[in-house]
Amino acid sequence: MPDLGLDVLFKGSNFLRLLEGLSEAAKISLIAIAISIPVGLLVGVLMTSKNIILKVLFRVYLETIRIMPQLVLLFIVFFGTTKTLGWKLDGETASIIVFSLWGVAEMGDLVRGSLVSIPKHQYESSKALGLSKNQTFLYVIIPQTVRRMIPLSINLITRMIKTTSLVLMIGVVEVLKVAQQIIEANRMSSPNAAFGVFLMVFLLYFVLCFVISSIAGMLEKRWS
Amino acid sequence: MKTFTKVLATALTAAIGFSLVGCAANSSEEDHIYRTLDEIQESGVINIGVFSDKYPFGYVDENGSYQGYDVYYANRIAEDLGVEVNFVSTEAASRIEYLETGRVDVVLANFTVTAEREEVVDFANPYMNVALGIVSREDNVITSLDNWNPDDSIIVISGTTAETYLIENYPDIPLQKFDSYATAKEAFENGTSAAWANDNTEVIAFAIENEGYVVGIPSLGSQDTIAAAVTSGNESLLNWLNDELVTLGTEDFFHADYEATLIDVYGADYEDELVVEGGVI
Repeated sequence: MPDLGLDVLFKGSNFLRLLEGLSEAAKISLIAIAISIPVGLLVGVLMTSKNIILKVLFRVYLETIRIMPQLVLLFIVFFGTTKTLGWKLDGETASIIVFSLWGVAEMGDLVRGSLVSIPKHQYESSKALGLSKNQTFLYVIIPQTVRRMIPLSINLITRMIKTTSLVLMIGVVEVLKVAQQIIEANRMSSPNAAFGVFLMVFLLYFVLCFVISSIAGMLEKRWS
Repeated sequence: MKTFTKVLATALTAAIGFSLVGCAANSSEEDHIYRTLDEIQESGVINIGVFSDKYPFGYVDENGSYQGYDVYYANRIAEDLGVEVNFVSTEAASRIEYLETGRVDVVLANFTVTAEREEVVDFANPYMNVALGIVSREDNVITSLDNWNPDDSIIVISGTTAETYLIENYPDIPLQKFDSYATAKEAFENGTSAAWANDNTEVIAFAIENEGYVVGIPSLGSQDTIAAAVTSGNESLLNWLNDELVTLGTEDFFHADYEATLIDVYGADYEDELVVEGGVI
C-alpha cells in the first residue's frame, strides 16, 4: 500500500489539534448563523416593506456584501478598521462580524424571496377570516415561509462553514491551517502526508455539514 | 406591521448614528499605531508574528507549540526584554498588514529584505542569508549554468524566486514547472530533469535528506538577507533589536540557534554561509 502519511495524523496531539481547529471553524460559523437567522428574518421582512429608503438601503447592503469576496470583507474588517478607526478587533471577532454581515444579507434575501412567493390569496383569505395583519403574519405567512426557507438556509449555512477556511488569512488557526501546519512540519519525513491529512479534513467538514443538514431534514419533515 | 417597521427604521438610524460618533471618538485617541519599547515592557507581552507552517523556520510541532529558527530567536528577544511572548500565526501575504496595523510588534517570519518592503516597514539588521541554489545528481554535477545542454531541463516550483530568476537571466534553459514541493521532488527523483532550482536552504536540505544528490551551485543570483521587521517609525524597538543583535553576536547566538533548529535539515557545512551574527554580513 502506498504511504499516504496517515501515521502523521496520530503523531503527538496532531489529531486533537485538528479537532480544535474544527471547533474553531464551527464556533465562528455557528455564532454567525445564530446571529444571521433572527436578524436575517427581520431584515427580510423589512426588505418587503414599501418604504423606498429602507428598500434602497437594504438593496445596497445586500449587493455590497454579495459582490465583495469574503476575503476582502475579512481584510476590511480586520485591518481596515484598525487603519481608519483605530479598533483592534481580534481575528475571531472580525470573522464573526464578517460572517454575520454576510449571513444576515443572504438570509434576509432568502426571507424576502420566500415572503413574496407566498400567493396573494393567502393574505386575502386571512383577511376574509378576520385575522389582523399581525395575526396573518404570525399564523399564516411565517409558518409557510419558514418551511420554504429551510433547504435554502441549509445551503447558506454549509457554505458559511466551508468559507471559514479563509479566516486563516487573518491569523485565526482553524482546521485547514492546522492541516497545513501538520503537513509542513512533516514535509521532510513524510512528504506524502498531504493526502492523508486533507482526507481527514474532508471527513471533518463532511461530518460537521452532514449533522447540520440531517437536523434540517428532520425539521423539514416535522413542519411539513 | 407599519408601526413596527417605523420603530425599527428609527432604531436602525439611531444605531448607525451612534456607531459613527463612536468611531470619531476612537480615531483621535492614538497618534501612533505601534507600541514603543516601554509600552511593550509595561504590558508584559510582546506580540511576534511568525510562520506556523514553514518548517524548519517557523512551524508548530506535534504538541502544538511553536518551533524553528525564527521562533528560537523570538523566544530570546522576549526573554531579554523580560516579557512573555505571544506568537501570532501570519501568512506571507499579510505580514506587512500585521505591522502596519500594529497587531504584532515584530515580524520574524523568514522575512526577506527587499527595497519595496523597506518602503512600508522598518527592517532591523539581518540574522540570516538567503540565495538560490541548484541541486543535481552525483554522476552529473552541475556547477555552472553557462553552456547549458538544451536537451536538459531544470525543475522549478511555480511562483518561486527561482522561477523568475531563471526566466529573466537564462531564458534559453527549458524549465519544468511544478505546483508543489512534493510533485517537484517526485519528478526530480524520477530523473525527468538534470537539476532542481530552489531557495538554497531548500536544495541543501534535499541533498542532505537524499543520497546521491549534490548541491553543485549553493549560491546563485543576488544574495538576500532575512531580518526582523517592525512597524514603520517604531525607532525605540528597532534600535533595541539592533543593539540586541550586537550583544547576541558576542555569544554566537545564531550559531547556537542553527545548531538547535536547522542542523538536522541543512547539516553543519552550510552553517557559516547561512547564519549572520551581530547583524553584520
